[in-house]
Amino acid sequence: MRLIDRILPHGTKFDFIRYRWPAFCITAFLIIGSFTSIAVKGFNFGIDFAGGILLEAQSTTGPADLHTMRATLGHLGLGEVSLQEFGTTGRDVMIRVQRQEGDEKTQMAALSKVKASLGEGFTYRRVEIVGPKVGGELVRDGVLAVVLALAAIAMYVWFRFEWQFGVGALVSTFHDVITTFGLFSITGLEFNLTTVAAILTIAGYSVNDTVVEYDRVRENLRKYKSMPLYDLLNLAVNETLARTILTVSTVFVTVLALLFVGGEVLRGFSIAMLWGLIIGTFSSIYVAMPMLIYFNLRTGKAAEEIAAETAEGGPAAAP
Amino acid sequence: MNHFPMWKIALVAIVSLLGIAFAAPNMLSREQADHLPHWLQPVSLGLDLQGGSYLLLEVDTAYVVREQLTSLVESVRGTLRKEKIKYSDLGARGDQVNLRIIEAEDRAKARDLLRKIDQDAALEAKDDGSMVLKYSEQAVKARKTAAIEQSLEIVRRRIDELGTREPSIQRQGEDRIVVQLPGVKDPDRIKSLLGKTAKLTFHLLDDSTSADEAGKGRVPPGSMLLPSAEKERGMPESYVVRKRIEVGGDMLVDSKATYSEGRPVVSFRFNASGAKKFGDATRENAGKFLAIVLDEKVISAPRINEPILGGSGIISGSFSVQQAQDLSLLLRAGALPAPLQVLEERTVGPDLGADSIQAGAVASLLGLALVVVLMIIVYGSLGALADLAMVLNLVLLLASLSMLGATLTLPGIAGIVLTMGMAVDANVLIYERMREEQRNGRSIMSAIQAGYDRAFGTIFDAHVTTLVAAALLFQFGSGPIRGFAVTLTLGLLASLFTAVLVNRIMVVTWVRWRRLKTLPLY
Repeated sequence: MRLIDRILPHGTKFDFIRYRWPAFCITAFLIIGSFTSIAVKGFNFGIDFAGGILLEAQSTTGPADLHTMRATLGHLGLGEVSLQEFGTTGRDVMIRVQRQEGDEKTQMAALSKVKASLGEGFTYRRVEIVGPKVGGELVRDGVLAVVLALAAIAMYVWFRFEWQFGVGALVSTFHDVITTFGLFSITGLEFNLTTVAAILTIAGYSVNDTVVEYDRVRENLRKYKSMPLYDLLNLAVNETLARTILTVSTVFVTVLALLFVGGEVLRGFSIAMLWGLIIGTFSSIYVAMPMLIYFNLRTGKAAEEIAAETAEGGPAAAP
Repeated sequence: MNHFPMWKIALVAIVSLLGIAFAAPNMLSREQADHLPHWLQPVSLGLDLQGGSYLLLEVDTAYVVREQLTSLVESVRGTLRKEKIKYSDLGARGDQVNLRIIEAEDRAKARDLLRKIDQDAALEAKDDGSMVLKYSEQAVKARKTAAIEQSLEIVRRRIDELGTREPSIQRQGEDRIVVQLPGVKDPDRIKSLLGKTAKLTFHLLDDSTSADEAGKGRVPPGSMLLPSAEKERGMPESYVVRKRIEVGGDMLVDSKATYSEGRPVVSFRFNASGAKKFGDATRENAGKFLAIVLDEKVISAPRINEPILGGSGIISGSFSVQQAQDLSLLLRAGALPAPLQVLEERTVGPDLGADSIQAGAVASLLGLALVVVLMIIVYGSLGALADLAMVLNLVLLLASLSMLGATLTLPGIAGIVLTMGMAVDANVLIYERMREEQRNGRSIMSAIQAGYDRAFGTIFDAHVTTLVAAALLFQFGSGPIRGFAVTLTLGLLASLFTAVLVNRIMVVTWVRWRRLKTLPLY
């Protein structure tokens, strides 16, 4: 056996579609879990959306004394102030101050207070202030971008394939997007503008994956006029399996590179991408594909009968 | 077809060479790149990479509208007084000016006079003598637009006065201004300079009443109570000042910070008509007090000892050197038509920017190395050809970013790293297809052709769907996120060219040259 055939097998006959019900259960569980967490726990919004102040302070006099800093900043009456050490030297501290009641000017005043009370001995590597007005607009734009992206992608797939494929792509992409939201809600990872970018990239990647498989389904529908849909879908997944494995691997290694050496700012983005890669691949095979079974993909009466039979009594229909 | 017409090969060669040429400046140091023509420059770095300050400002257009109404009220008052027409209930309410003409016989005359005050203000008169002046919607809109344009100009002048390196000042949306200041570490001074409207006016003091009386709510009509800018050093808390503006700061031509009797002061000079007005005002009102008002605060109110005819003078207050410098800068640059508010501020220090570039570069190289090795392990020599195509993709991406003058941000670097992973996907699709076709008994050339042709539809669809997401990111994203969308888009477009066309030429040439009978996929 040649090396490539061992790494990237061909002619596999895995019965992916057989596990559609367990897969649907996992999907349902993930979606419900995500919604529940979003509803109950919500998000740890970064200042992009929540508004407020973020400072990345670096102590110029050796390791920063978080305890003293916390005490100093806690007494300013600015509401919730969170401090977080990061990096390896112990000198870097991320300071987050909640959005101040009032307008834009109050935020600026709060920043001056924080800087004044920490005094000399700190340089500020990053300062961000987002006022209440902008925060609201960024939320609106983010939501709009995600919703429109989902709709546009579904429209495109519908236009290029059939409406059933459009629905399948929409559901599986929606699943990926929602569970990524869920991941951020459950883990409490900071949700900011980069997260929205990651989610849209995940949507693009996931649908890319789905399209590759749908393309093969469409081709096989023309090629094997009388093959039961169940087998036909399995065949498509198996035929594209080598490609799936390799592409996931190449994207996976680049995301790992970003995650481990890409720096603090890109960490949230990389984690989201990593999750999206896994969940996107899962949903293309186990959500987007088996869903097609429940649609009538073939036109013509004979084909319809075959499809109906398959859905009811295929080789491994669900109990 | 596995034969390529000359034009295709020429196209690939030309595009590749252009790509290398335009990407090359990125290898140079900043100083070396400065010697190159402006169309051949390295990609510009976003503020998150080179360090700097980003400010989002909003022009308070509501203020402009209020201001317009207030001045209309003053014009009405002046006109009616001059003609000795009695009126009552004059004032601005909501978006209109209300008044009532008391004597019935004056009403027709008043109507004619009021119509002439401002073309844009429509007059509505009722039988009981009450009148309403209202600006048309177009007039209000024009006024707002003018205010924003003027704000943009004044902001630009103020920042230019500070001598910041390559500032970018742009209008965004309806009433916002984006200011980007590369290299600025602490924007506090700039913020405080932009936070002042710097409207300078000269008014006479109203000596008919005292500030204490007025403080109890008995301000004579036509006058106003203004606080003093500095409360210490024996200055009164507030002044009663006539609303009428004797001379305005818009007539200033120059202003400098200087010293008088060892204290920092601000000198100013009027243009010809300002000098005349100032001369007239000081001659007619010798012995009275002239209040110098900046942003509704009285800086000082010296007695007019003699007419000032030269058109220049000195403002002395309790200034520090910095304050005197800032005030003279503001007066030189001119007043903002409306206050500005900072909605958003993002400042990145230069060392953090350098760290981010470092991290981005390491991640890119690591990602590149991993993908290259993975492809070679799996596909051998064809994998190496796919890697070559991907490297060309990166070169083209960098070249088009440089050529378009796009800005590279940290998320943009993430976009580049992701592009590498996704760009080889096209080649994976093609190679897998070729293997499959070969297994089905096709000859090598036939398998290659089928591989590219059949995979293209899939690759195209997959690219378009990702492009849709990128387009929406660009539309709704801001700042660094836009940078991400741009790199993602350009990377995808370049990969359609490199992974499909360029790679195909390379593979066919390679197979011919080695006279291969089967695909060298190990």
